[in-house]
Amino acid sequence: METSDDAAMDEAPTIIEVSPDDARRVHVPVETPTSRPRGAEKLLKVTGLSTHFFTPDGVVQAVDDVSFDLGYGETLGLVGESGCGKSVTALSIARLVPDPPGKIIAGEIVFDGIDVLKLNDDEMRVLRGKEIGFIFQDPLTSLNPTLTIGYQIAESIREHMGLSSNAATDRVVELLAKVGIPRARDRLKDYPHQFSGGMRQRVMIAIALSCDPKLILADEPTTALDVTIQAQILELIQRLSDEFHTAVLMITHDLGIAAGMCDRVNVMYAGRIAETGTVDELFERPRMPYSWGLLDSLPRLDDVRGERLRTIEGLPPILIEPPDACRFEPRCRFARDRCREKEPELTLRGDTLHAARCWATQPDGWIP
Amino acid sequence: MTATMPETGAAPGSGESDLIEVEDLKVYFPVRAGIFQGQIGTVKAVDGLTFEIRRGETLGLVGESGCGKSTTGRALIRLREPTEGTVRFDGIDLVKLKPEALRKMRRRMQIIFQDPYGSLDPRMTVGSIISEPIDTHHLASGAAKKQRVADLLRIVGLDPTYISRYPHEFSGGQRQRIGVARALAVEPEFIVCDEPISALDVSIQAQVLNLLTDLREQLGLTYLFIAHDLSVVKHISDRVAVMYLGKIVEIGPPDIMYANPGHPYTRALLSAVPVPDPVLERKRKRVILKGDVPSPVNPPEGCRFHTRCWLYEQLGQPEQCRTIDPPVRILQGDHGAACHFAEQALQSDVGVSHIEMTPVRRGTPEAALRAIRPELAGAMSESQTVDVAETVIGGPPVGSEDGDGTGGDGTSAPATGDASASTAADDEASTTGSSDDRTT
Repeated sequence: METSDDAAMDEAPTIIEVSPDDARRVHVPVETPTSRPRGAEKLLKVTGLSTHFFTPDGVVQAVDDVSFDLGYGETLGLVGESGCGKSVTALSIARLVPDPPGKIIAGEIVFDGIDVLKLNDDEMRVLRGKEIGFIFQDPLTSLNPTLTIGYQIAESIREHMGLSSNAATDRVVELLAKVGIPRARDRLKDYPHQFSGGMRQRVMIAIALSCDPKLILADEPTTALDVTIQAQILELIQRLSDEFHTAVLMITHDLGIAAGMCDRVNVMYAGRIAETGTVDELFERPRMPYSWGLLDSLPRLDDVRGERLRTIEGLPPILIEPPDACRFEPRCRFARDRCREKEPELTLRGDTLHAARCWATQPDGWIP
Repeated sequence: MTATMPETGAAPGSGESDLIEVEDLKVYFPVRAGIFQGQIGTVKAVDGLTFEIRRGETLGLVGESGCGKSTTGRALIRLREPTEGTVRFDGIDLVKLKPEALRKMRRRMQIIFQDPYGSLDPRMTVGSIISEPIDTHHLASGAAKKQRVADLLRIVGLDPTYISRYPHEFSGGQRQRIGVARALAVEPEFIVCDEPISALDVSIQAQVLNLLTDLREQLGLTYLFIAHDLSVVKHISDRVAVMYLGKIVEIGPPDIMYANPGHPYTRALLSAVPVPDPVLERKRKRVILKGDVPSPVNPPEGCRFHTRCWLYEQLGQPEQCRTIDPPVRILQGDHGAACHFAEQALQSDVGVSHIEMTPVRRGTPEAALRAIRPELAGAMSESQTVDVAETVIGGPPVGSEDGDGTGGDGTSAPATGDASASTAADDEASTTGSSDDRTT
């Protein structure tokens, strides 16, 4: 309980009230020159990533030619529905795609100047443990039920930071206090089942942060949690990523979370990035019918009641040998012949950070 | 019920319009342990609920996991035996009904479950799943039954030729439609919808939600709609009840309640819901509750929320919150809250300052167009409805430089056609639009 303000917050069952001003400033990624290697201006650069799954039914192009980058300290959202390839993208970055049946068949992933796909298994293990932290959806299955919380957090600290066991324990207590677990020292010997869902997710965050990673991959980190607990966890991730200057790749199906947490957002559909932009651009001026559809079909708190929701009809396509056509075309209200003849590229829409994969909203399209 | 809720579809008026009346409903579960399974405690899952559901009304029930909302839903149709209290369905006390009488009553009340995978028997065809309740209640047989199953499939938006397929051949959304068809098979008056869209993807959620809304209107159904998502509940409900630890803490029409909640818990819940709008997200004043929901085995004394209550802290921890369990008090019209300091809660701006009701959403095609093409947006006045604005994009370009190919049919499918069609005809409008395009 080193940090006094954390300790104080643990005691009183009150609130963290965030005033509108500092509730969420748009954090322009501040770059600390000391922490980055020469020549790399981005923490993560993914170029032309294709991860395919070789199944008895055929080759599923789960992720197909995906490119994006992530700055130091930046929070990037990967948004989409089940099966759109957002989780596989994250797993590919960490090289955790189950093989077989999955395989990264093309592309380049450069993390902090290192070509990830060229690392051997040992080097990769170090990178995963030290530089990249993970927060998964289900904290119960990602923690080992037979080991104490204290041991599980200390494990990677001892492994990757070379601390003595006493120093590691101190570090664990410090981390647990940071993530808001009360009476941290008393709980070191507790097992995962003795924690509630929200508390387990805090433990996961403590493990993710244990070695001061440069990047956190958060895959639906709050989907299994209740809304008030979700708010706690999101606030925690945001506060800690600011404090430690950690970049976050936030994978979520919830557009509300993306709107509140991210600096930039990639919308994924059927293994492709359908649209990308700064959070303000994307939610204010989306330029892709799928993004419109997503925003349109959500019931919202600020809805005028009684209005019918506009839906996206149909289902996402099966990604075995998809035709050379816009993958959203079968469900698109605005589709024309051109969409069926050739798949559009991801092209810029004015703003240099905003791009969409859509014939209709290109300058020569029918919704320019 | 009053002038404050003009949009409520429920039949207004006296108690006679109530289809379901619940009085002091309690459902307790024993906690057992040890080799002799001795009872060591009681989970008070539902602890004294009193409310009514009016005929034709949709009552939304929200709360976090473990608050007792699903147990309430099941107790209402006696899938769970209430420990205490009465549940009257159309004046008949369900708790006292004998098994045979109850079985007959079940025809009038049905349930749709959350899990579209677990709630359908994988070894039964869609036809037999849907016809099972018809057989149970001897409603039809032979060709009439077959016809009825086909009709039901059509009603829920599935192709009647799917009748001999198995559940695994369907997507989650389609399975949920099968669940709806099964519930409708016995022509019930009342359906408990227990998180019916929580397991579905965003774009599919809207489809099922629209289906449930349509069916309610076509068939005059009454729903208890259980969900954890406040936005969804607001969308479909005439009134919303918020539960916390086995009790209703607030109840009222969503427009009024969401704009000005009278219970600190409701405010906290609302402030925690992410809104897909970065500008609003930055503006809002959040309350982040500390800690977890206490155990229902040993709920806090007095007001059950006081251990996590921000208002309790703000008011200097008043004693009555710790000692007296507040009943639901009517604040105005249909709006009631169970808080000693509901008046203070009403005056707070916590949690809701971001909710501005807007007829046109940000980020939708209409709003996007307005931002990108102000010259087109100029043609639409602010007061015009979404449909009209939508038509400008959905239909052929109106007076734009884009004349390629669509010009011919563009004039024949003018804005007025789509605009006069109601929102309900949206699907039709979109198919018309795309077929126009294909012909060019």
